[in-house]
Amino acid sequence: MTRLEFWQGNTACAEGALAAGCNFFGGYPITPSTEVAEHMAAKLPKKGGVFIQMEDEIAGIASIIGASWTGARSMTATSGPGFSLMMENIGFAAMTETPCVVVNVQRGGPSTGQPTMSAQGDMMQVRFGSHGDYAVIALCPATVQEMFELTVKAFNLADKYRTPVFVMADETIGHMREKILVPDSVEKTGRKPFISGTPPFRVTDPDLIPGFPAFGTGQHVHVTGLTHDERGYPAATNPKLHMALVQRLVDKIENARDDMADYDVVNPDAEQVFIAYGAPVRTVMQVMHDKKDNNVGFLRIRTVWPFPEKALAKFKNAKRFLVPEMNLGQIAREIQRHVKVPVVSIAKLGGELHTPADLVTALEEKA
Amino acid sequence: MSYDEWFREDRLPHIYCAGCGNGTIINCTLAAVDQMGWKKEDTVFVSGIGCSSRAPGYILTDSLHTTHGRALAFATGVKMAKPAFNVVVFTGDGDMAAIGGNHFIHACRRNIDMTVVCMNNQIYGMTGGQGSPTTPRGCLSSTTPFGCAEPPFDLCELATAAGANYVARWTSYHVKELEKAVKVGLETPGFSFIEVLVQCPTAFGRRNKFRQVMDHVEFLKSHSLLKAKRDRMLDNHEHVPEDMFVVGELTKRNRPAIGVKP
Repeated sequence: MTRLEFWQGNTACAEGALAAGCNFFGGYPITPSTEVAEHMAAKLPKKGGVFIQMEDEIAGIASIIGASWTGARSMTATSGPGFSLMMENIGFAAMTETPCVVVNVQRGGPSTGQPTMSAQGDMMQVRFGSHGDYAVIALCPATVQEMFELTVKAFNLADKYRTPVFVMADETIGHMREKILVPDSVEKTGRKPFISGTPPFRVTDPDLIPGFPAFGTGQHVHVTGLTHDERGYPAATNPKLHMALVQRLVDKIENARDDMADYDVVNPDAEQVFIAYGAPVRTVMQVMHDKKDNNVGFLRIRTVWPFPEKALAKFKNAKRFLVPEMNLGQIAREIQRHVKVPVVSIAKLGGELHTPADLVTALEEKA
Repeated sequence: MSYDEWFREDRLPHIYCAGCGNGTIINCTLAAVDQMGWKKEDTVFVSGIGCSSRAPGYILTDSLHTTHGRALAFATGVKMAKPAFNVVVFTGDGDMAAIGGNHFIHACRRNIDMTVVCMNNQIYGMTGGQGSPTTPRGCLSSTTPFGCAEPPFDLCELATAAGANYVARWTSYHVKELEKAVKVGLETPGFSFIEVLVQCPTAFGRRNKFRQVMDHVEFLKSHSLLKAKRDRMLDNHEHVPEDMFVVGELTKRNRPAIGVKP
């Protein structure tokens, strides 16, 4: 059963978290994400969960990592400046394989930039922002419905892969209101059970994911951001062990990119193909609707990281990929890595959405 | 159970230098923990980065060795998610008072129910002896080669002003008093802060005329001024020498607290 609502994107995000069983929110107010925190502050205590406003975003993500180790489904929400502050502890969560969800409702940067305007400028920061090598999962909603659904999915992926998962929204989707069908219940997949008495970071399954030994279960697990062996003990000067650990942290996510891939293919035989995620999806849909031209294709991506490169091969006749983004071509460059045909970045900064005319002009320009 | 059962023996030998006082502080803390009759599975040790912060790695409970300065923020998440847990934080002067200063004052303000043992060696030991926010004026470090020009923090006054329920200061010489103070801290609902001045012969002592470990311990002993005596001196308008520091139970009160055990 579902019920019809008319919600703001940020409300749908918070409601998705609640539906997914989120029981700990630690964060710091920042435009344009604040409504997520406000909604959680109002709703979580009534459901037996914990909301805590921390002293900054560094503390916000630290608190949700600490809560996650007690077994909680934990989450924070922020925007660019706060996201920058979180980077060190995002690396800690990746290194310690801590499931948690970070929502970034993107605004114009760099620096304080455009607090109330939309952007997608953090798409490379989410992939590479913390130091060292690691991999991430990042989901990009383009509708209020997807704010709900992808937040639920983020919790499930975080638990499954034992890693921080990012909902990379933007101010447009965060603040717009539209209709949403809210399900009575959602699918929840938990963390892999831990075999009592085994080394806490030992990996025996081909998916490279260890079971989760929650605090309080008598496992005496030592969690450290230092390079550690399968017992969780520091081994920071062991070159082989470091190589193997970091490679596993990357592989457990990169090897599963097909499992996580989430995209729609429209007109796979087309020669000109739009690729979009987040708010620009909406403008592409308008152009597709208006033109009714089977020679224009569209790849709509929801899981941006790990990048679903196999989706590009679906467009066998593609002569050009056109990528509208609210940044200076961050994902366009990622796409160009995977294809031989030209990739045209349709970059737009300033906070306003691409207009259909922007895209039609790009479409009609000679290559 | 004796307190040595709290040690994670397969992690030994530890990384602390010869003559370091951190082991003394870990012993005193675990002795107090043991007297509480806590179960290991209900107890979590949390730390940040630095010599002090290696301590949880040697203790046989769940433990979280986090990022530099952030131990209290991580510990806040643990304790708020599971108030039934006993949460103890090991930190140091650089970790807690410099990079983690904001988290420290807010943890005191929240009066969150945890006990913090701060190993104050007045220097960054692990990185080779740089000046910290508690390096005394005039002292030498690798980043204050002409003597520290900045006045140091009084961590206990900071904790009291910010709202902690229990605040005490001792030194690595005062093992009995320290053990007792930690125990009172563990028993007190709300935020308990115990500062321990400790010798660091490798990074601090060799630069500051304490080449012999016991010279520094002797200095800590002889320059400690019991709070009761200090208060008498102040009442009598006597001069309190500037190189003396107050030890004892400095604050004990019952402000509203959060994260208290159900």
